[in-house]
Amino acid sequence: MDQILNLLASTSGISITTLLLSTLAYSSPLILCALGGLFSERSGVINIGLEGKMLAAACATAFVGAASQNPVVGLSAGIGIAILLSLLHWILTQVYQIDHIISGMGINALALGGTSLVSKTFVELGGKDAAIFPRELYYLAAWVAAAAIWYLFRSTRPGLRIFAVGNDPDKSRQMGLKPLGIRLQSLVMTGVLTGLAGALIATNAGRFSDEMTSGRGYIALAALILGGWKPWPTLLAALAFGFFGSLQLILQGRDLGGLAVPGEFWQALPYLITLIALAGMLGRNRAPAGLGQP
Amino acid sequence: MILPMRSITFNRPWATWALSSLLVLGTLGLMTGCTPSSPTDSEQKPATGDTKPAEGKTISVGIVFDSGGLGDKSFNDSAWRGIQKAETEFGIKVSKVESKEEKDYETNLAAMADDGNDLVIAVGLNQGKALEKVAPMYPDTKFAIVDGTVEAPNVRMLKFKEEEGSYLVGFLAGKMTKTAKVGFVGGQELDLIKKFEYGFAAGVKAANPQAELLPAKYIGSWDNIDEAKIAANVLFDSGADIVYHAAGRAGLGVIRAAKDRNLFAIGVDSDQDGEAPGNVLTSMIKNVDEAVYSTIKDMVDGKFEAGEKIYDVAQNGVGISELTHTRDKVGPDLLAEIMAVKQAIADGTTKVPATKAEFDAMK
Repeated sequence: MDQILNLLASTSGISITTLLLSTLAYSSPLILCALGGLFSERSGVINIGLEGKMLAAACATAFVGAASQNPVVGLSAGIGIAILLSLLHWILTQVYQIDHIISGMGINALALGGTSLVSKTFVELGGKDAAIFPRELYYLAAWVAAAAIWYLFRSTRPGLRIFAVGNDPDKSRQMGLKPLGIRLQSLVMTGVLTGLAGALIATNAGRFSDEMTSGRGYIALAALILGGWKPWPTLLAALAFGFFGSLQLILQGRDLGGLAVPGEFWQALPYLITLIALAGMLGRNRAPAGLGQP
Repeated sequence: MILPMRSITFNRPWATWALSSLLVLGTLGLMTGCTPSSPTDSEQKPATGDTKPAEGKTISVGIVFDSGGLGDKSFNDSAWRGIQKAETEFGIKVSKVESKEEKDYETNLAAMADDGNDLVIAVGLNQGKALEKVAPMYPDTKFAIVDGTVEAPNVRMLKFKEEEGSYLVGFLAGKMTKTAKVGFVGGQELDLIKKFEYGFAAGVKAANPQAELLPAKYIGSWDNIDEAKIAANVLFDSGADIVYHAAGRAGLGVIRAAKDRNLFAIGVDSDQDGEAPGNVLTSMIKNVDEAVYSTIKDMVDGKFEAGEKIYDVAQNGVGISELTHTRDKVGPDLLAEIMAVKQAIADGTTKVPATKAEFDAMK
């Protein structure tokens, strides 16, 4: 590690600050999105629709933020649409008991088509810069959220309820809990956090562009699984992905002591490490036992 | 649509309805603009008096966009401008279809040919494989592909010398850099994008032998704006003060990074100078519209020929933007110099490398 850092400093004048800032920029949307997924999955609802919620939130934040020129309105629209999609997921999986994966895929398709329709309808508005909050606020929000979730599940009653419903919905029902209501609250929180993640992505670009989340909802899901559905390890997994993603961008194309490393290797590096780490963790991490159960 | 039916619990009859409507909604969303030649998409305009279609017949042209789609402010939009120009001028019949995913290309191309279009235009090199399969099945239909390579008796390949346009913006960057360092951010690491990189590198070197092009950064996608922005910031942190991008939609991240630091980005494909006025030094323009327009014109005149058709600086196929917002910073002397370089490329005095091997051979 030291060698790599020295190499960075010596070959480029790239400082540790660059690496840290890049890592934060890279990982913050992942952290927020993964923590959003944590709420859903801890309560027993499988959520592969994170990508769609994040994309819809990015779209709403950018377009409403551009139309209103008010960052509060823009962000609220982003979080609002993500909550709506979360509620749709709740209605489909809990009220109508549709398979969670199918509902999630449907939401992703809906968001992909819907956002591209919006961006083609409001072309002029799409070229205008949205009113936004500074991205550092979102970076902070990601860490605060992790701490809050850690506290919530560790020592509060609502946290324990979500935990119980996610582990064994039948037993929790017998104990007088109402999984339907608890999952509703959890999914609203999923909406809030994925909404923040999407708003951050829109903030970085200043406007919306089709498929701008580029599959990061799935990477966030991988971080969640890698982190064993626990807040701090999940944050760490997302952070690691961001770190290697930034590192590869810094090292890519550089002469590493005469070693010619193809660019494709660097681009694959963060995914490769995630994959290896996931394989190593499989079996050791315990998923919420009631995941996907009615 | 096939669903794993057993995974759906049917204990509530509304489940089926809810699921179906969700999927239908999603699919409808995906299909906006994806319906080949539906009546609303086909527009027919009567031929104007002064142009007469060949053989007294209205030529019909179908266009299949790639996944970037209309509104990409890049080559899809540019191709569409070419079609529209031909439409008003020759009174051709036009139908268009967008492709959301790679697997749609083949279906869309075949549907366009089935509809009896005389000419079908495929936008983007990713459609190459699909066109290779479709073109032989419709020997009477003419095809044209932008950027791709498909050798068939009824296919025209519209290719651009992107390296020449990149050389021009590189020359400007080499003259304008104060730190003697410039950078490049690419999308996927394809030979096509390498043409941008090495043409740019050669232009920088020609303008200022002391200037250095930092190692190029490829982000591996065309849509991840954040990653392009991080890559540009890495280059700026390494001392670059101008970064050129060939990263499609993701390139907006490079422009944003330049704006944040009040340095320069260089745009690509379309004129992106207005994306962040004053912080986009210039744009390398690829006139896909001209190529599409002239192909339709050849079709109307009955002069369509298959094979490769190269659009370079001499034919105004590639070039440099008007520098609307940076003209004052560049100054008239340098502008004149750029025009001289352009002329030298056009008449062949300046040779521009398109690959690493050619670039290395120049030294």
